[in-house]
Amino acid sequence: MLERLNEEKVFKDPVHRYIHVRYRLIWDLIGTKEFQRLRRVRQLGTTYLTFHGAEHSRFSHSLGVYEIVRRINEIFSQYEGWDEENELLSMCAALLHDVGHGPFSHSFEKVFNLDHEDFTRMVILGDTEINEVLRRVSDDFPLQVADVIAKTHNNKLVVSLISSQIDADRMDYLLRDAYFTGVSYGQFDIERILRVMRPGDDQIVIKQSGMHAVEDYIMSRYQMYWQIYFHPVTRSAEVILSKILHRAKQLFEQGYHFQHDPIHFYSLFKEDIRLEDFLKLDDSVVMFYFQIWQEENDQILSDLCERFMNRRLFKYIEFNPMQQMNAWRELYESFHEAGIDPDYYLVVDSSSDLPYDFYRPGEEEERLPIHLLKPGGDLRELSRESDVVEAISGKKRTDHKLYFPADFILEGNTDATRRIKSLLQID
Amino acid sequence: MLEDHAKVIAVLKEAGEVIGRKKLQKIIYICKKLQFPFNEKYQFHFYGPYSEELTLRVEELCNLGLVTEVKESKGGYYQYKYTVTEEGNEFLGHYDFQLPELRQCINEINSQSSRFLELVSTILFFDRLTKEEVIEKVRTIKRKQNYSDDEIDQAYAFMKKLGC
Repeated sequence: MLERLNEEKVFKDPVHRYIHVRYRLIWDLIGTKEFQRLRRVRQLGTTYLTFHGAEHSRFSHSLGVYEIVRRINEIFSQYEGWDEENELLSMCAALLHDVGHGPFSHSFEKVFNLDHEDFTRMVILGDTEINEVLRRVSDDFPLQVADVIAKTHNNKLVVSLISSQIDADRMDYLLRDAYFTGVSYGQFDIERILRVMRPGDDQIVIKQSGMHAVEDYIMSRYQMYWQIYFHPVTRSAEVILSKILHRAKQLFEQGYHFQHDPIHFYSLFKEDIRLEDFLKLDDSVVMFYFQIWQEENDQILSDLCERFMNRRLFKYIEFNPMQQMNAWRELYESFHEAGIDPDYYLVVDSSSDLPYDFYRPGEEEERLPIHLLKPGGDLRELSRESDVVEAISGKKRTDHKLYFPADFILEGNTDATRRIKSLLQID
Repeated sequence: MLEDHAKVIAVLKEAGEVIGRKKLQKIIYICKKLQFPFNEKYQFHFYGPYSEELTLRVEELCNLGLVTEVKESKGGYYQYKYTVTEEGNEFLGHYDFQLPELRQCINEINSQSSRFLELVSTILFFDRLTKEEVIEKVRTIKRKQNYSDDEIDQAYAFMKKLGC
């Protein structure tokens, strides 16, 4: 069923040492233009402005997820019922799971009302090189791969390799993001986790003896969220990025004449984006526009772009919406009075604005938890066995911050700016 | 500021109380499919459409004291009950939401079981497929829930009543 390459190909990889490719199908998928585009999309969006090493791409992450799934397949091939069909399906889904991601996808999706999962589906099912390669297996193979990625395939075990509370996607990005940001707390023993994984009915289960390795993995998720993914400086860059996109869209809707036609953004502004337009977008294209928009006549757009390009980010303070509701209203009015548009320069950012999968024990059938396989064959939910996991999953830490351009406020010497300084307690 | 939080409070206020995390997830999803302006992003999970964003938002509302979450033991499992606090009502007073049609929908949806709402939201998730394809999908990916023909018919009738 699967054509093997004459000799195995390998990619050198800093996280897994080597990515092994034995099948023609995988090799050809990697060579498609839609997959190669992922080289030009950073995995962590704006995080490079906080952790300068975070320049790695969705290309390397996708290869990493594929490699983990390939290794899981080596282990699962010993078990009855795990066949070549599952192997092929899971490896293709692992490789292609992020193929619909665009540049800075979190902000783009919010501002332009997009969903990368829709684009992933379009890339796999549409008139693309990836679709052509997948159809070599069978006419319905692209649909099967798309369904696994969308978590709507009937083989839930295969789905769980790519997407569950302990899956190849998270295992790769935690290790890779820790490596490239340079932090030490994202580490866990992936070799051990792979060795204690077993195929369950509907999902992967973990042998009880591997519980401590999984505890490390859960701890890694927790720490990476607060230290890297939700870093307040990265969030500041993300806030500015979102505001740039909002401003550009608003100007377009008002008939503003851009000095250079933002042709790559037209379909985004109209919220009618076709696959071919989407595939032309990458980090470099977006950065090109941000570069030239620094010279636009619109002061808000040029200022926000200048801030993003030169890392002149917004400052922040902790914000309690309950205690500071009145202060917020006064601030909003004072910003107006000071000539600083609060719709672009005064932003409350909450932890729910960047949702991240904390481990959830799945009470009330919210979602499937991680199950430990006891020696007698019984299954137990992880947090019921592990005090460490119970402590983390019971802790509901949330966060709200208020972002603003301190430089504008400190430069001002009017009643309004003095009031703002007092309300924000900056001087 | 925090308009999306306020919308969740508005739903809970209209409902009076919502019993069950799964039910709350499905209520917001169905309202979203009815074109009410909710921005929470949903993905398909083992128990149907689920939004991590909504889960976090509800946690934030609880931490801010705007919503109460009561954990009740039901023998072998726990159930969570959500209601709006006095502070939550006060907070909502800062926003000018006019959602009259939403009130009736929420009460209709909230009166159904979580199991039924899982079926309805799953059918809505596959609204790009034909009815036959949707039923086939429900039969395969929801095999364990073992939905009967009657339940599927009732789900379609319910969706029609809501205007889906």
